[in-house]
Amino acid sequence: MTAVTMRRPLARAWSRVWGGRKRYLAGAVCLTICVFMLAPIVFSVMQAFKTRGEAAAVPPTYFPHELSLDNFARLWTYQAGLPTYFGNSLITAFLTIAFTLLLTIPAGYALARFPVPGKEVIFVFLLLALIIPYQALLTPIFLMFASLPIKLTNTLVGLAVLHTVIQLPFSLYIMRNSFEAVPRELEEAALTDGGSSFQILRSIFIPAVIPAIVTVMLFAFVTSWNEFLGALVLLSKASTFTLPLILATARAETSLGGTDWGMLQAGIAIAMIPCIVIYLLLQKYYVAGFTQGALK
Amino acid sequence: MIATRRRKLTGLLYLTPAIVFVAVFTAYPFLQMVGMSFTNWSLITPPKQVGLANFQAALDDRQFWFSLGYTIRYTIIITPILMVGGFLLALLVAPNSGLRRTTRAIIFIPVVIGLGVSSLAWVWLFDPTFGLINKLLSDLGLISKPIQFLGVEADLSTWSIIGSVVWKVLGFGMLLFVAAIQAIPAEINEATMVDGASFWQRTRRVTIPLTRRTILLVTLISVIGSLLAFDQFYIMTAGQPFNQTATAVFFIYLNSFPYLHLGYGAALSLILAAIILVFTVVQMALTRRSEI
Repeated sequence: MTAVTMRRPLARAWSRVWGGRKRYLAGAVCLTICVFMLAPIVFSVMQAFKTRGEAAAVPPTYFPHELSLDNFARLWTYQAGLPTYFGNSLITAFLTIAFTLLLTIPAGYALARFPVPGKEVIFVFLLLALIIPYQALLTPIFLMFASLPIKLTNTLVGLAVLHTVIQLPFSLYIMRNSFEAVPRELEEAALTDGGSSFQILRSIFIPAVIPAIVTVMLFAFVTSWNEFLGALVLLSKASTFTLPLILATARAETSLGGTDWGMLQAGIAIAMIPCIVIYLLLQKYYVAGFTQGALK
Repeated sequence: MIATRRRKLTGLLYLTPAIVFVAVFTAYPFLQMVGMSFTNWSLITPPKQVGLANFQAALDDRQFWFSLGYTIRYTIIITPILMVGGFLLALLVAPNSGLRRTTRAIIFIPVVIGLGVSSLAWVWLFDPTFGLINKLLSDLGLISKPIQFLGVEADLSTWSIIGSVVWKVLGFGMLLFVAAIQAIPAEINEATMVDGASFWQRTRRVTIPLTRRTILLVTLISVIGSLLAFDQFYIMTAGQPFNQTATAVFFIYLNSFPYLHLGYGAALSLILAAIILVFTVVQMALTRRSEI
């Protein structure tokens, strides 16, 4: 007994010294990790702001000696021009968001709140894209899009449909779960008031699941904005290219005469920054989406 | 009675758009792919039934098995790095202090940018002439002539790609591990601290066992993702040298699109999808169990 009480203050003092040192060590490790994680992004963005000459200098410089928008200007007029590619990426992302919401809000509502026969089977069917990787479906989807009366190959609508295929299971899952979490009493009150199911969806359910809708929109945007392989397969006309696709193409096309890394980094910065800004603004939804989607 | 029937129908009505969409854009393409795998479909000639010839050809296709083997090797190398790295980072940043919270947020930044775009940025960083990694190594006096990281030597290319992908996705596992670690009830941690267990003892006996399910799930997600790897390889090496860094999806892409062997590509896709299915089923079984 006395041994224990004797040892406690000593142990505490020791642990304070050691703990203090450990805290500094952990802090130093944290800072080092931050530098490593940020360095590739920071140096890429700085490369974008070098003058054309400096961006092509051998050996390269770490930091720009002079800030310039040269690279952005060249990208602005590269082939169909930056506004076109940026616009293509943006339109595809917004179409993906729209399609995803239009499909998963009603479906999630029905799965969570209606006595639909064979509900479990329908749910599993709707999650089909989880079981079949979309990478394996690209050929038949490409053929289907090419043979439709109104061709969907080389269109942003077609690409958005593919991105919706990718994004549907996650979104449906999130929507169904959050509709299920809405308290019954809210719905019953509205039902006794004689509201139609659509009115109840609009006035009771949708306001109650706004965080889930934000999560679904966020992930649909990021998936679509960043997706590469589907765009590579479905789009062959340069004027329909999305940002990642035109950048990869520009690198291949300029590689013979020495890749124009200044211009490419300007494009990479423009492709990265919206995602990073959205992430920093909506961190909460990101974390919620990832943990719900992956773990539950 | 009538009310329930009405609600059944209303429910079905709400489900119809999603059901139609999945039927048209997922189920039908899948069935078509299965059908195509038994034909010699190409865009140039009308398709002919060839029975199991595509699968026979796949069995004899050394390059296909090489790509599949390469993809599996890549998966086996990168998965433990991501798991152990992600878990160690999670242990470091799980406590909610300001610095650790910030570190957590920063480690996650690469996850949100596109893999295609980040791969391009890494091509530049690795470049022998314009890249900063060679510049840094030579400034530090570690190398006398630039290293060709990508596309010249297969092993070095693979490790370079792995390095860039680890940087890119380490935060994903970390985030999920942090969530799992934070979900451990405080009393359990306090109890082990009173017992005088050291941090590593606690990690081994409490943290890891209690986050086991998450560890398994993240492993599966990482395995499936790695088996389907494409963007980073297409952009960083394009299979060079001599298709030694061609992954399975890359090889299927080559056969289906530039070469237009669509029937053969479909057969290869089916084989890959079957392999992935094994992992997906385990993953779904795990997630199902938690819902009960």
